[in-house]
Amino acid sequence: MSQESVSPHALPFPPLTRGWGWLAWLSTTDHKKIGILYMVTSLFFFGVGGIEALLIRIQLATPEAKVLTPQEYNAIFTMHGTTMIFLVVMPLFIGIANYLVPLMIGARDVAFPRLNALGFWVFLLGGIVIYLALFTGSLADAGWFSYAPLSEAAYSSRPGVDYWIVGLIEMGVGTIGAAVNLLATIVRYRAPGMTYRRMPLFVWMMMITSLIILYALTPLNAGLIMLLGDRLLHLHFFRANVSGGSAILWQHIFWFFGHPEVYIMALPAFGMMSEVVPVFSRKPIFGYTFVAGSGVAIGLLSFAVWVHHMFAVGLSTPMNAAFSAASMLIAVPTGVKIFNWSTTMFRGKLRLDTPLLFAAAFIIQFVIGGITGTMFAAVPLDWQLTDSYFVVAHFHYVLFGGSMFALWAGVYYWYPKITGRMLNERLGKWHFWLAVIGFNATFFVQHILGLVGMPRRVYTYPNLPGYEAMNMISTVGAFILAAAVVLFLWNLVVSFRRGKPAGDNPWDAWTLEWATNSPPPEHNFEKLPPVRSARPLFDLAHPEIADYLDTHSEAKA
Amino acid sequence: MDRLYSTVASVLSPASPYARDIGHLFWITFWISMVILLFVSAFVIFNLVRFRDRGEGGLPPQTHGNTVVEVTWTVVPLVILIVLFVLTVQTMAAVSPSTKTTANALNVDVVAHQWWWEFRYPDGDVVTANELHIPVGRTIHLTLTSADVIHDFWVPELGRKMDAVPGHPNTMIIQADRPGTYLGTCAEYCGTDHAWMRIRVVAQTPDAYQAWLTAQAQPHAQPANAKQAIGRGLFVGLTCSSCHTIKGSGATASKDVGPDLTHLADRDTLAAGVIANTPENLRQWLADPNSIKPGSYMPDLHLSSQQLDALVAYLEEQP
Ligand code: HEC
Ligand SMILES: [Cu+2]
Repeated sequence: MSQESVSPHALPFPPLTRGWGWLAWLSTTDHKKIGILYMVTSLFFFGVGGIEALLIRIQLATPEAKVLTPQEYNAIFTMHGTTMIFLVVMPLFIGIANYLVPLMIGARDVAFPRLNALGFWVFLLGGIVIYLALFTGSLADAGWFSYAPLSEAAYSSRPGVDYWIVGLIEMGVGTIGAAVNLLATIVRYRAPGMTYRRMPLFVWMMMITSLIILYALTPLNAGLIMLLGDRLLHLHFFRANVSGGSAILWQHIFWFFGHPEVYIMALPAFGMMSEVVPVFSRKPIFGYTFVAGSGVAIGLLSFAVWVHHMFAVGLSTPMNAAFSAASMLIAVPTGVKIFNWSTTMFRGKLRLDTPLLFAAAFIIQFVIGGITGTMFAAVPLDWQLTDSYFVVAHFHYVLFGGSMFALWAGVYYWYPKITGRMLNERLGKWHFWLAVIGFNATFFVQHILGLVGMPRRVYTYPNLPGYEAMNMISTVGAFILAAAVVLFLWNLVVSFRRGKPAGDNPWDAWTLEWATNSPPPEHNFEKLPPVRSARPLFDLAHPEIADYLDTHSEAKA
Repeated sequence: MDRLYSTVASVLSPASPYARDIGHLFWITFWISMVILLFVSAFVIFNLVRFRDRGEGGLPPQTHGNTVVEVTWTVVPLVILIVLFVLTVQTMAAVSPSTKTTANALNVDVVAHQWWWEFRYPDGDVVTANELHIPVGRTIHLTLTSADVIHDFWVPELGRKMDAVPGHPNTMIIQADRPGTYLGTCAEYCGTDHAWMRIRVVAQTPDAYQAWLTAQAQPHAQPANAKQAIGRGLFVGLTCSSCHTIKGSGATASKDVGPDLTHLADRDTLAAGVIANTPENLRQWLADPNSIKPGSYMPDLHLSSQQLDALVAYLEEQP
């Protein structure tokens, strides 16, 4: 690559401060800058949510500890969940998608640049609002799913919950804006030749995710407005003891959003996996059509499984059984993806760089989260294990061991495109191993804690046999994980200034974002290569065995 | 403290037919899961080791997929899941109330409060708190409701968990094979003191249970000495009796805001499991409830030392 001889310091910094200096960031409608705004915001909140997690683990390290008061603990776990979901994982994916989707489909910008900017700022406002409650002396403390009637004024009289509701509504509005924009961009702005069957799988997954966002966040916002009405206007949608009110109605509305939400945080991860694994295996993805199709199946099924969060509520047996079946069914397309990624590696030439390490750990950890998920679909097991530490372990395996690890794979993979410099591999390896050890130490024992009867969301616990030791292991693990995160953030910072220059296509990858400069110019591309298969740059480099040459059954796609 | 929590409360040591049925299902899914996990992890690790790029250059064969393989790994999991679903439906029926399981059952009403449990025995005019006495070998049919927010009744060794939802009564069954104390807890986040909403189920032989029930149906003993008489006076005279009932004290609470205290002396713990029920602990609890269970709805009534002594003597039926 031509850049190889250039000294790192001779390279221009990414054009962060063009226009009117830093102010340009406030008015920008460039999808790349908005993407960076999302990413930086979520990294900031990652720090906040991480500190909350450490406080939780400090309080729980020993039985009957008094580091935090119950009120403080309850506010902190509520904010930890809310922050990690709405202010970290979702915006990190949306930010990366904002940056990459137009590049991956060979577009100049997104369909609605101003809506895109508006979406980000409204989202950020929401994030600020939920924490603004601090100035009233109370933070939301009804849990991230704010079950009525606990979240009603009668039981949560302080304003923290009101701020939480308003903030969430704003984040919902912003996110819906982002989804509309992504969807329109993908549908309308693909490069000539890029049919749906030649679209990068990350784009496929973002398309499905955007659709899920449209249908899941809208009912959430409706429910939040109803709850706010209950609290401020004395309506009685969810107040159980007032005529017509139903506490269970809130749960239906919330989980009708809440389960698809899990896939809003998982499908983009699947998309990243489907980009990283092939490139580092030096092979095309195994079963492109099945990976894309199983994503569609997951998207549809995700709206038919919400009651599995409510098996202990006491709904009718047919209802429980039907949702049990649907929840088990969703394991099938998810399994298909797992098999496709691992088979993509089979007989490849694996480059064990940091992105692939994270991707491999993702597969194993996500399988653990997946099989415990299937256990929760078996209603009687849910009746024992839900609301215990087993479920805490389960969803951290899905969201941290899964989504976050995929995000890390993605960040190591695309950071060079975004900044023009490579992340430091040595720090990356340290980050990886500390993360794997810390993550599994923190969350694996929590399966056992749940099995031996420790409920979730308790600010302390009596010292039943084994509780102290297992909680201590979990706390130590959390600090190792925190060290990994610090290394990661440090790597982002030092590599930004001193990283090895990346060149346009440092990984020898095949999708369009690698066909332009790193970082890309404001208008994205000087010129686009022809798109005749899902791997246009592969075709360019290997015309004799190009994908479009129809040498393989799947390639005809 | 340790005496109170020296046993496990484990899903894996079931002590009732219902918990055992769920335990079986757990182990079946566990072993299937293990096979899948081992298979996938071994495959991934094998790939990482075996197909590592050793720098010899060139491209590996560019295979794009294989429909037969795809169909296989769609259908095989589907079959496994169908089996699991059948087992699920069977187990659901086996561990839920039905004419079969509740034919000879003992009915107990459970009312969850922020942050304690009320147990009402309809057949015996008996009301207790936080500690549920049951006869061994007999199905207990619980009807759960809540006085405020959603709670959840969970005693892992005896059966499933079930939410206590205001305005939506639920029923569930538990049973204990052997006498003993089984630990449980509120499992649905219910506010400040969710952590201290513990449950103790005391399973007794049918005879011992019957004797217990008969004793519980009795009113509180009349004061045996002057101190206890003062204690009773305080209980009725201060606001205690507006929140608590003591049968035989001469006052009845208008509503069960706090636990029934008629046979408080019979309980192992105070304040839903925070401390052992000893006279010193009780005194401390009455003197400053917040120091023991921060956030609890039991008020600090700023009692004097003599008042505390008299109340403890009366409540614990101590000479
Ligand atoms: C405003 C209502 C209220 C008043 C007045 C009140 N209590 Fe309580 N009390 C409660 C509540 C609620 C609890 C349950 C606390 C918990 O476990 O969270 C309780 C718990 C108790 C307990 C522990 C019961 C158990 O089984 O663990 C005792 C003993 C007790 N109160 C005694 C008294 C006495 C004596 C007085 C009068 C000096 C009194 N209470 C006044 C509401 C009240
Ligand atoms: Cu509770």
